[in-house]
Amino acid sequence: MPRFVLAFAAALALAVVHGGGARAQEEAPPAPHQQWSFEGVFGTYDEAALQRGFQVYKEVCSACHALKHLYYRDLTDLGYSEDQVKGFAAQAQVTDGPNDQGEMYQRPAKPSDPIVAPFPNDQAARAANNGALPPDQSLIVKQREGGPDYIYAIATGYKDAPAGFKLNPNMYYNEYFPGHQIAMPPPLTADGQVTYADGTKATIPQMAHDVTTFLAWAAEPNLNERHRMGAKVILFLIIAAGIFYAAKRRIWAALH
Amino acid sequence: MSDVAQSQVSHGHGSGHDGDTRRDFLTLTASALGVIGLASAIWPFIDSLNPAKDTLALSTTEVDLSPIQAGQRLTVAWQGKPVFIDHRPAAEIKAAQDVDVSTLRDPQKDSDRVQKPEWLIVVGVCTHLGCIPLGQKQGDDRGPFGGWFCPCHGSIYDTSARIRQGPAPLNLLVPPYKFTSDAKITIG
Amino acid sequence: MPVTGTGRTSRIIRWIDYRLPFVAMLEHELNEYPTPRNLNYWWNFGSLAGIILVIMIVSGVVLAMYYTPNAAMAFDSVERIMRDVNYGWLLRYIHMNGASMFFLIVYIHMFRGLYYGSYKYPRELLWMLGVIILLLMMATAFMGYVLPWGQMSFWGATVITNLFSAIPVFGQKIVTLLWGGFTVGNPTLNRFFSLHYLLPFVIVAVIGLHLVALHTHGSNNPLGIDHKGPQDSIPFHPYYTIKDMFGLMVFLIVFAIFIFYLPNFLGDPQNYIPANPLQTPPDIVPEWYFLPFYAILRSMTFNVLGIPSKLIGVMLMFSSILVLFLLPWLDTSRVRSARFRPIYKWVFWLLVIDVLVLGYCGAHPPAGTIVIVGQLATFYYFLHFLILFPLIGKIERPRPLPTSIGAAVLGPSGAAGGN
Repeated sequence: MPRFVLAFAAALALAVVHGGGARAQEEAPPAPHQQWSFEGVFGTYDEAALQRGFQVYKEVCSACHALKHLYYRDLTDLGYSEDQVKGFAAQAQVTDGPNDQGEMYQRPAKPSDPIVAPFPNDQAARAANNGALPPDQSLIVKQREGGPDYIYAIATGYKDAPAGFKLNPNMYYNEYFPGHQIAMPPPLTADGQVTYADGTKATIPQMAHDVTTFLAWAAEPNLNERHRMGAKVILFLIIAAGIFYAAKRRIWAALH
Repeated sequence: MSDVAQSQVSHGHGSGHDGDTRRDFLTLTASALGVIGLASAIWPFIDSLNPAKDTLALSTTEVDLSPIQAGQRLTVAWQGKPVFIDHRPAAEIKAAQDVDVSTLRDPQKDSDRVQKPEWLIVVGVCTHLGCIPLGQKQGDDRGPFGGWFCPCHGSIYDTSARIRQGPAPLNLLVPPYKFTSDAKITIG
Repeated sequence: MPVTGTGRTSRIIRWIDYRLPFVAMLEHELNEYPTPRNLNYWWNFGSLAGIILVIMIVSGVVLAMYYTPNAAMAFDSVERIMRDVNYGWLLRYIHMNGASMFFLIVYIHMFRGLYYGSYKYPRELLWMLGVIILLLMMATAFMGYVLPWGQMSFWGATVITNLFSAIPVFGQKIVTLLWGGFTVGNPTLNRFFSLHYLLPFVIVAVIGLHLVALHTHGSNNPLGIDHKGPQDSIPFHPYYTIKDMFGLMVFLIVFAIFIFYLPNFLGDPQNYIPANPLQTPPDIVPEWYFLPFYAILRSMTFNVLGIPSKLIGVMLMFSSILVLFLLPWLDTSRVRSARFRPIYKWVFWLLVIDVLVLGYCGAHPPAGTIVIVGQLATFYYFLHFLILFPLIGKIERPRPLPTSIGAAVLGPSGAAGGN
């Protein structure tokens, strides 16, 4: 069997499988690749970046964006203690009930509650944002082609519209958003917008990097465990494959 | 070794007791790896049946005791089950403490069942077949001992929720709980 | 070979076997059943397919303990599995990537059959049962992809179920029956869940028939010649049990790489967006294993003789699989294995490339050169089976076949070794 045909076939197969990628971003350049602590076979989430990113989310993004698939108790993954998590939760109010009078009432959130959304429903969210719906952020990193690179590119990609570009009302020019017009005003506007608890200088690229790391965790909290388990499983399988191959050769040797 | 020579002469009848030690070691190691691999692979499937994280997050319940007056009883939910909280008046406490423990089916001193004598906290599930005994609401039949009465098969509990008459084998269970302050408890 | 021995285990086995000859059957199929001694690694893929099916069923059954087949709760139940259920992420990624692995293995298994003539006499029914298994797999995978209720789940279901409206007269009624409503919705999801749970067990039954058919005449082999005597065969155990185990380890490495490091590589990010019936995604694309058929479906861009292009496209798509049933009769060659067929040996690779080109076209929006390339590739697909298969068999001069497997393996011709 001609080897080159096999190689060509493999290359074509790869193009087939990932051919869909570029389509959605046809009108905008692909997001440039960034370095992430969690990429690669031994990648893990950088805990300090996660905490900084959570701070950015809390102080900047959570005004408009929900995080509904996460619970306050999940924040212990970021290295916070049970008491700190109880504190974060208690800052939010949750609707509970009905009570014995049949009324709904407000109470502070508990760690077992989902993270409280800024708006009670989509219509309220649209009404507060010129008709645009700020998407939930729990899965945004997995929902967009380019993943974390794309999120970072959007967060840092705001610039003045080039001459002759027609920008619709209530829209902003973004280098990497398909069509270049995005309804979200630039979320990161100035260095020092957030004062990091760990003292790191909060430049716009730094905040974008940290919040993207946090969002990557939000979309895929089990990555650390998954990478660790993967290394062990594949190492075991390589050894097992070696042993089985040796056994196979040994057993088949009896035939000749 | 004549065994090895013999295995090389016999063409291709694989199984059998040739005594080829190298192959036996390999087969043994391979089989061992296979078993270990399979067992390790099966574990996640079994563990996934255990309670998930959101279920575990609801495994404790906090209760504020301050609204409960002496003589009042409150029912709260804990892990999907009812828990009876009885703010016992002095008469109930005395009745519970005065009982001769050796006459009980499930001998337990009242002091072993409470952390503070005025607060009795028990799981409200009859130890016979699982019904919820009456006695929590005003006007409920509390049975002759002033405790609880299970309508399903007639089990009768006293003011320490110990079984006194009827088919139930054990006293109502005391769940794990602790006082986080004078008037607050965490159950579970 | 009856179980001898006087130990308690042997007596228990004999007691069972006398009433239900299970162990005797295993002994026969594994130890006595003659397997060609010259099978190469392309023959591993049958047992691999069986193992991946078991993995899919086990992971699927456990996932079904947490999944909720209701349109309002399905997506969230999957997220709950990913985040809160112990090892839920692992089960989900196993099941998701296992589907891709299943198709990869089965496609390779089929191409093996095409190259070595495994579909030819007396294995025609074996091959056709295999095509039935493929059809069942495609139905199962299609319905399974709808269950997470993402954007692609919903819109892929909408596009494909809408195809049935191309059927003249009854089309729209059939579609409404399939949907259980006026669009893809909760009734559709519920019934897809029910059928998705059922069909794999139907697949198991057809695989049982597939194995019975296989064992009636035994496996084909790379030389494509029948086994003529005991020197041509070896017992399945331990030779092919150990070889299958080794092959399984290698496959599991590939599988593990996807599960642990590239879990979403083969999928579409848009399926992480909850289904929105009021917003169509910019591009609706099926999973990779359906792409060639998708390209064939879209290839027909003009009406022919008053028949709408949509209907022709649907017919072409189904025909592309149905034509596989006819292979044993389309191929006129007397020789099975492509090793001895100098023309077919190269034409086979044209089919492989054609299928990959079709896949590439299916992955991209039907615009510009993609359209004409897809049409040419579709044309070639049918040309390959309907014209080239019969033609090549007639005009080709096959190379001389060896006298027997044993002679080819053990004799001085050397290279064709049994591994």
